[in-house]
Amino acid sequence: MGYKKRLNDRAFDEARPMVAKVGVIKKADGSAYFKFGNTWAYAAVYGPRNLYPKFLQNPSTGILRCNYNMMPFSSVGDRVRPGGSRRSKEISMVTKHALLPALNLEDFPNSVVDVYIELPETEAGSRTAGINAASMALADAGLIMKDLVASVSVGRVDDKLVVDLDYAEESYPDGPVADIPIAFMPGSGKISLLQMDGLVSKEQMKEVIEMGKKSCQEIYEIQKQALKDKYAKGGNNE
Amino acid sequence: MSKLIAKEKDIVVPGEVLAEGMDNLPSMGTYREGDKILAGRLGMVHIDGRTIKLIPMSGKYNPKRGDVIICEVMDINFGGWRVNTNSAYSAMLSMRDGTSEFIQKGADLTQYFNLGEHIIAQVVNVTSQKLIDLTMKGPGLHKLTGGRIIEVSPYKVPRVIGKQGSMVSMIKRATNCQVVVGQNGLVWIHGKPEGELLVEQSIRKIEKESHLSGLTDAMQKFLEKETGVKLGTSAKVEPSAKLG
Repeated sequence: MGYKKRLNDRAFDEARPMVAKVGVIKKADGSAYFKFGNTWAYAAVYGPRNLYPKFLQNPSTGILRCNYNMMPFSSVGDRVRPGGSRRSKEISMVTKHALLPALNLEDFPNSVVDVYIELPETEAGSRTAGINAASMALADAGLIMKDLVASVSVGRVDDKLVVDLDYAEESYPDGPVADIPIAFMPGSGKISLLQMDGLVSKEQMKEVIEMGKKSCQEIYEIQKQALKDKYAKGGNNE
Repeated sequence: MSKLIAKEKDIVVPGEVLAEGMDNLPSMGTYREGDKILAGRLGMVHIDGRTIKLIPMSGKYNPKRGDVIICEVMDINFGGWRVNTNSAYSAMLSMRDGTSEFIQKGADLTQYFNLGEHIIAQVVNVTSQKLIDLTMKGPGLHKLTGGRIIEVSPYKVPRVIGKQGSMVSMIKRATNCQVVVGQNGLVWIHGKPEGELLVEQSIRKIEKESHLSGLTDAMQKFLEKETGVKLGTSAKVEPSAKLG
């Protein structure tokens, strides 16, 4: 058996078609969307702004709050119940930790930067699309950042390693599947998110990370271009 | 061997390499890592001799000492007024800096500035913890009555004001409106309703075309077309234009 050809005719190291755009939400201080095929994430950044309740304030630095939310109609399966779930809370947390190493909020003590990630359409890889959109939105909001964050999920389908699994691959019926979302800071080469669902061998894991890095480099170019496109035209939100 | 990678006026994103080698110096908005200089935020490259800095293009207003800003009164304390500055932090206008009148102990401070009212004030001091002190003592600083307030990006304020206030004074002459541009991006417009609308339209146009050159000429044409009045070729610079 074995997984010879991808279900969607992509090359093994090829991500789904990606689209990115910056400045899509007029009222937000920074905003962007990022698409992996049919997975579509919007991110809006508000702040730095006042933080209440006061006990959450940190006098030495600003804090980051992330909120990941799938819209009720977004999923292929059942309707997603609105409001937070255990899953969305976890993804909000890992998103925050994936973005924080790139961000420097020390100039904004006692304040908060809010990142809202909304997904109108999902078909696997939503946290990675969310991180990509959020990192562009943070840069758009003019925050002090060492680097952008690019993210992709790499995984194993049966005996092959593939980049950017879609829903059909994640639920591949004829063999073991592993899904490994990676977030990567292309400038410094550091990894800020690494999760794993499923099993891979040690050798495969090394290869997974290399594949992820390579794919993140492509994502980074798309993010960079989207940001430059907005500011070449005067930097107005639409 | 040192190499300059970014060019003047390039738009760069965080983490982009601006220069290699030790011959260049990182300045505002950039940082050094190893022998490279990288962008520390999104901005436009400005190379001044050996130093490389980034001119910010987006973000919230960052309060600086001496800025004249437009604020809204949001709270009244024992010692004065707390105002919203359109930045990440609110500012304090103390009683003694708020007015030169004598205020009786226990007097009703809403008589001077009530909640929701807007003022033009100047930043006196900003601490490391971003506590902001304001004053109302100075030329052109007063409470705003009537008119309307619109918001522009704080990074486009220099374009709205123009060189030595040329842009804003041209708009004022063409529309017969009072216009005050706060450094925090709030603009107060006061005049006849049609005039106020035209000022708002003009400012939106400036915002949209801020990246183009020859903006003052384009705006002059626009205002002449809208008002039907020919404006003088050289925009006269009024001494008061610097303030607003």
